[in-house]
Amino acid sequence: MSSLERSDVERLAALARIDMSDGDLDRLSGQLAVIVDAVAKVAEVAGEDVPATSHPIPLSNVHRPDAVRPSLAQDAALAAAPEAEEGRFRVPQILGEDA
Amino acid sequence: MAGLTYEKALEQFDPVFGIEVHVELNTATKMFCGCANQFGAEPNTQVCPVCLGLPGSMPVVNEKAVESAIRLGLSLGCSIRDSSRFARKNYFYPDVSKNYQISQYDEPTCFEGSLDVVLDDGEVVTVGIERAHMEEDAGKNTHVGGTGGIQGASHSLVDYNRGGVPLVEIVTHPIQGTGERVAEVARAYVATIRDIVKALDISDGRMEQGSVRADVNLSLRPKAAAGEDQAAVPFGKRSETKNVNSLRAIERAIHHEVVRQAELLLAGEPVVQETRHWHEDTGSTTPGRSKEQAEDYRYFPEPDLLPVEPSRDWVEELRGTIPEHPAKMRARLKDAWGFSDTDMRDAINADALDLIAASVEAGAKPQAARKWWMGELARTANDRGVTLRDLAVTPAHIAELQSLIDEGKINDKLARQALEGVLAGEGSPSEVVSSRGLEVVSDDSALEAAVDEALASQPDVLAKIQDGKVQAAGAIVGAVMKATRGQADAGRVREIILQRAGVEG
Amino acid sequence: MTDWTRASAADMAAAMQRGEVSSVELTQAHLDRIAGVDGDVHAFLHIDAEGALATARAVDEARANGEDLPALAGVPIAVKDVLVTEGLPTTAGSRILEGWIPPYDGTVTRKLREARMPILGKTNMDEFAMGSSTEHSGYGATHNPWDLDRIPGGSGGGSAAALAAFEAPLAIGSDTGGSIRQPASVTATVGVKPTYGGVSRYGAIALASSLDQLGPCARTVLDTALLHEVMGGHDDMDATSLDEPVPAVVDAARDGARRDLSGVRVGVIKELSGAEGGFQDGVKQRFDEALEHLRAMGAEIVEVSCPSFEYALAAYYVILPSEASSNLAKFDSVRFGMRVEKGNVERTMAATRAEGFGDEVKRRIILGTYALSAGYYDAYYGSAQKVRTLVQRDFDAAFAEVDVLVSPTTPTTPFKLGERVDDPMAMYLNDIATIPANLAGIPGMSLPAGTAPEDGLPVGFQILAPAREDARLYRVGAALEAALVDEWGGALTAQAPELEVK
Repeated sequence: MSSLERSDVERLAALARIDMSDGDLDRLSGQLAVIVDAVAKVAEVAGEDVPATSHPIPLSNVHRPDAVRPSLAQDAALAAAPEAEEGRFRVPQILGEDA
Repeated sequence: MAGLTYEKALEQFDPVFGIEVHVELNTATKMFCGCANQFGAEPNTQVCPVCLGLPGSMPVVNEKAVESAIRLGLSLGCSIRDSSRFARKNYFYPDVSKNYQISQYDEPTCFEGSLDVVLDDGEVVTVGIERAHMEEDAGKNTHVGGTGGIQGASHSLVDYNRGGVPLVEIVTHPIQGTGERVAEVARAYVATIRDIVKALDISDGRMEQGSVRADVNLSLRPKAAAGEDQAAVPFGKRSETKNVNSLRAIERAIHHEVVRQAELLLAGEPVVQETRHWHEDTGSTTPGRSKEQAEDYRYFPEPDLLPVEPSRDWVEELRGTIPEHPAKMRARLKDAWGFSDTDMRDAINADALDLIAASVEAGAKPQAARKWWMGELARTANDRGVTLRDLAVTPAHIAELQSLIDEGKINDKLARQALEGVLAGEGSPSEVVSSRGLEVVSDDSALEAAVDEALASQPDVLAKIQDGKVQAAGAIVGAVMKATRGQADAGRVREIILQRAGVEG
Repeated sequence: MTDWTRASAADMAAAMQRGEVSSVELTQAHLDRIAGVDGDVHAFLHIDAEGALATARAVDEARANGEDLPALAGVPIAVKDVLVTEGLPTTAGSRILEGWIPPYDGTVTRKLREARMPILGKTNMDEFAMGSSTEHSGYGATHNPWDLDRIPGGSGGGSAAALAAFEAPLAIGSDTGGSIRQPASVTATVGVKPTYGGVSRYGAIALASSLDQLGPCARTVLDTALLHEVMGGHDDMDATSLDEPVPAVVDAARDGARRDLSGVRVGVIKELSGAEGGFQDGVKQRFDEALEHLRAMGAEIVEVSCPSFEYALAAYYVILPSEASSNLAKFDSVRFGMRVEKGNVERTMAATRAEGFGDEVKRRIILGTYALSAGYYDAYYGSAQKVRTLVQRDFDAAFAEVDVLVSPTTPTTPFKLGERVDDPMAMYLNDIATIPANLAGIPGMSLPAGTAPEDGLPVGFQILAPAREDARLYRVGAALEAALVDEWGGALTAQAPELEVK
């Protein structure tokens, strides 16, 4: 597995919505490359026949009944919002489209 | 190239399409929290830490949503996976509170089914279903400033009431071989899904409120030369038109995309694989994000939720609750009722099929029930701008009305007056007949007197009748009906006239 | 006059029942202690004197009225800032959440309120629990009361330091890869990571959902057990919560204190005790002495091998960042927390996250984004999930032979603040012995084993048990604690240098 490049970090930061300055990229890229190389060994050990574990304790069918619980009051829902307007969360202009 | 028509385009190209339908379930609560699932509340009043994506909150699956998804899957002929999982679809967007959507990815609950779609002329097209999976809806952005659209808006406002509402997404396999009927098949497919979810009572099926929404993929490929297999021709590049939210819009969007893509191909230009947005006002689509720059959604199994592992017994129990397939039910009713294709189509389009069925169930003859619902009542509903269901008349009323006619207690004209009374809330047809005094005059002596009087006043007509011109009796019938204010049985009046004139019928 | 801050929670509860002290007196004593020493220790991010005293007064009144009260009613507690508290600021150690007042209580918070325990405040932690030293807190590092120049462990360094500095008798922690046990180890306190699902995670700000577990922290094994029983139990707000009774850990702790371990088989994990793990001499020495105590109480000591542990650290540093990259996406400036406005919403989100997150959080988000991205999923996340299966199999095989497994909790005694902050890999190696339990979901405890002769700093002893067998930790832990306290002539924390009270 080849090491992580600075350009990879730049692309990943964009995907993760974190602005990075050149200085950030310089600092973090080197550290990340070391970490990526170190963790790549996970691919060495387990064969095709080993199943993946996503939950440490296997459970299934944990569902809740379709019964209404109280919601938050509108002012409580909006209390921590950086900006609110007309009972809604206000955000700056959205450029992208619906996914 | 301008002026290329849909028909011309499809003479040269073979369309391949697929549809993703999102069905909003009518559960009492949201997919992963106990907030009410109800359309139209004040903004951000049906929200909690879970659906607002507050730090520390965790989702728990609504069991009713699982049940609805499995029932829908079974109705689409799908297999139900022994163990299915939720996954996170990661992307940043303000209406997705957690910036990931909980969906299902590589292990959907329902997979590999097929659905027979019946076109207006009775032709059946079988659509392959790839999967039906559960996921949560997003909130709603309102764009402020500019023209109200996303372009030119100064800022946006987000309401998370819809965020977390349970959805089932149904994905088809590519549908081939529909040729010039592609738009019709697409429309009929979505209509069939809508009918099924309503029959299952898992969704209100209201497309105008977004309860059933469709994304339409379409590509064109060259028509195979004579003797060649069309299926061997590779698919072209496809567009995905998002949020096409009415049956008519589905047909229009496909028309538009067929023509748009054909024009590009004929001009030697490539079709770009991309998401496109549907514009109802102009009947056209515009490009969204191109798939080449698409988000990398980084799906992974949702660690806060556990596998859904429905027992065989439960699945079989749910299979037992699946109502008859709407298309099959229609075919059966059409036969049983002796309706023509037109009768049937009109009744379906007027959403009157179940009203007719209920009237028949209550004792009315099918044609009589059809006549009332599709005639008088359809006109009234149309005049008032309401649906048939909004009228104050029930299938039981119609059955009762018709039986009053069949028993000879009222005639058609009186029946219409009785119906007026029912619509005005005056009670059942019998009650209106008695309160308005609408019963036919069935006392022969009274009718004989009226006939005698009419014959006496029109001796020339009497002569004609006696001459054998029996049809002249119509004038006397009219006079008698007028004299009895319509409350006579015209047939009986005619018999008496002929009797009195000495020309037995 | 008794210095109640030195007492155990069990003794405080008993004294209140006997009427020797009131909850207000206890609470005030701890608030005074915090005022005196926390300027140097910096265990707390937020202190709620008013709220704590109000709860204390209500408990005292209730007791005066002869009401039945829960076992720990009136005993004050410190809460790691990872747990959501309605009306109290909750930041998870991150600037991006500065000033956030949650509109709801986490399930454990609710249980503490129902147990009528005064909440003294919220304790410092590495940002979003990413770290082993609290140096990644957005609000400055916590200092180890044993040596203010050294790390108190992490991520729950605030909770552990509060206990070691006698600022609180009990504290809530969260453990994703050792964040309860490693701080306990380096501060000579006790901490337990319960079986995954044993304590509700609802309201615990998620780091890595499949690894996180809230747990109790205290200065004695019995106190830890008492808090464990308050916190634990099924919760229908957490789908991964076990629908089972809380293990009888208090009984187990009392049982263990009788110092009879006959018939108990103790497995020493070869891979976590030998020279290969980079274990400091003094750590190894104290660990071996603890084994002798266990043997003396009747336990049978055997060596077991867990070969897959070699890959555990790598698997952990794939799974954790992957889940964290998704869990931390909600910090986007829309509904709560910091906003750095910069044109459109996309740029505003990116600017906010750049400003609000520290370097370690950014590193792990980028790493997780990479591990989940198209084309890399199978090699990283998929493989790591398989390693997880192998680690579980190693534990299953080991627990077929022995009742509990043991190792030193950390390879070294606490290092100096600043020593490893720019070397992430060196920092990550701290967790080598604690991580396997989180991968497998099994319970683990760290308790003091003494101080290393070479530096006089605390050494931790780790006990691991099979899933759902949390009670075994307490039985063995309480036995060892009793033997060691006997040897030391009192609790190890009493040997810590006195802090200057300001």
